[in-house]
Amino acid sequence: MRSKEIVIRDVEKTFQTRGGAVQALSKVNLNIEPLSFVSVVGPSGCGKSTLMNLLAGLDTPTGGVIEIGGERVSGAQEGNAVVFQRDLLLEWRTVIANILLPFELHGVTWLDRKDRTTNRQLAEDLLRMVGLEGFGDKYPFELSGGMRQRVSICRALIQRPTLLMMDEPFGALDALTREQMMYDLLRLYDQYKCTVVFITHSIEEAVFLSDRVLVMSERPGSVVRDIKIQLERPRNLSTRMDARFLDCVKEIRGVFQSQGVLAEV
Amino acid sequence: MIQRMNWRQGLSVSVTLIGMLAVWQLICVLFAVPAYLLPTPLDIGSRLISDGDVLLRHTGITLFEIVAGFGLSVLFGIPAAVIIVYSRYFSQAVFPLLIGLQCVPMISIAPLLITWLGFGMITQVVIAFLIAFFPIIVSAVVGLKSMEKEMNMLAMSLRASKLQIFLYFRLPRALPSIFGGFKVGITLSVVGAVVAEFVSSDRGLGYLQLVANAKLDITMQFCVIVMLAVIGLVLYNLVGLIERIALPWYRASRGGE
Repeated sequence: MRSKEIVIRDVEKTFQTRGGAVQALSKVNLNIEPLSFVSVVGPSGCGKSTLMNLLAGLDTPTGGVIEIGGERVSGAQEGNAVVFQRDLLLEWRTVIANILLPFELHGVTWLDRKDRTTNRQLAEDLLRMVGLEGFGDKYPFELSGGMRQRVSICRALIQRPTLLMMDEPFGALDALTREQMMYDLLRLYDQYKCTVVFITHSIEEAVFLSDRVLVMSERPGSVVRDIKIQLERPRNLSTRMDARFLDCVKEIRGVFQSQGVLAEV
Repeated sequence: MIQRMNWRQGLSVSVTLIGMLAVWQLICVLFAVPAYLLPTPLDIGSRLISDGDVLLRHTGITLFEIVAGFGLSVLFGIPAAVIIVYSRYFSQAVFPLLIGLQCVPMISIAPLLITWLGFGMITQVVIAFLIAFFPIIVSAVVGLKSMEKEMNMLAMSLRASKLQIFLYFRLPRALPSIFGGFKVGITLSVVGAVVAEFVSSDRGLGYLQLVANAKLDITMQFCVIVMLAVIGLVLYNLVGLIERIALPWYRASRGGE
């Protein structure tokens, strides 16, 4: 399946809480090119996760429209895959069984031996790509945090998504693992070409990974800056020293400063 | 490695047990304790053998009551927990009542049950059932409600149906808690069956105990206690064994306990 253009028009989201209505998003307008890697950065509580949930069909907007390939989003759709901040592996399933869960939920029957072996092969290939060869029969509790999140990325990629959404996937990892995960993710992106929407609060992460970074304001969130990242791929360690990389990071910092999100003492 | 630890632990437990029995035997012999007050372990042992057929017959009856009562409480408790979790009315109105009912000692309704159901085995089974039912239903409800919000989002993003969310996410997540309820339930079932036999029965280990008591046959009473201990241990460990086979990920993730 081919990736499609995403159109977000005047999207608003208001949550009804006990303390009254809270507006999370106000008038978000966006077009996302197919196959592009787009990051959304913003302060905590700015509604970036809300935006992703709306895009994934896990929640419905209170105003506006989201369309993928001209079709209005309502509910989770085939071709979309989501990676959450927590790995959300099922503790009672082995690594392989976790990765194959999407297939099991959608009609790969137990009886179909051929499908089962090819699917297992697919899962093993993915594990090899994320450096977890031979871990297929382990249980999640036997893995470290970084390994677990890799498995959850495999679970998303095995669905061959045309749109991959990631909600602060490296947020719970230590700095070094986090950096390694970025390199791994870029390699996977090269291999599994699809549109990626990546939610993060790390400016460097967003710039390093993306073709385009959307900067969001504090609540109610809206896109206040849209920055093209003109760094060629493949990107590597030296990319992070590149003057253009540093300029982009500086520019985004500047936006946060002018918004009052970042302030010098 | 875990296997070896178990073997070692088993050895030290049996050595300690044998040591304690030896001390008991020694005290009885040294202080010439009369057998009608405290029989020696050897007396009890030989009685277990000589009266083995009587003991086994009554053990069988009690065992049946326990297993039937426990089985019924699983059979009714788990579906009831599912209904409570999925129905707003049941979780808001019925569940609090059930928790309240749990505070009523089930034994106290035994005389009522005799009035309604008579002296037969059914009364014992019903009491064993009632006493095990509450811990099983409560822990199943707690387990089934413990699925995280994020997990539900994942299930939604994978386009899992309601039934699939139950079978693939909610139920497996609840199993450790459900087994916890089983372990409490099986132990309580033993208590329930025996006490029910005390109150109303003409067979079973509880009945045997009362008869032996009336005849001042203290050795026989100890024999009954031994049989009850064996039943309790075997059933509890059986549940534990099933748990270990069914949830290999669980014990190990807790560091093997």
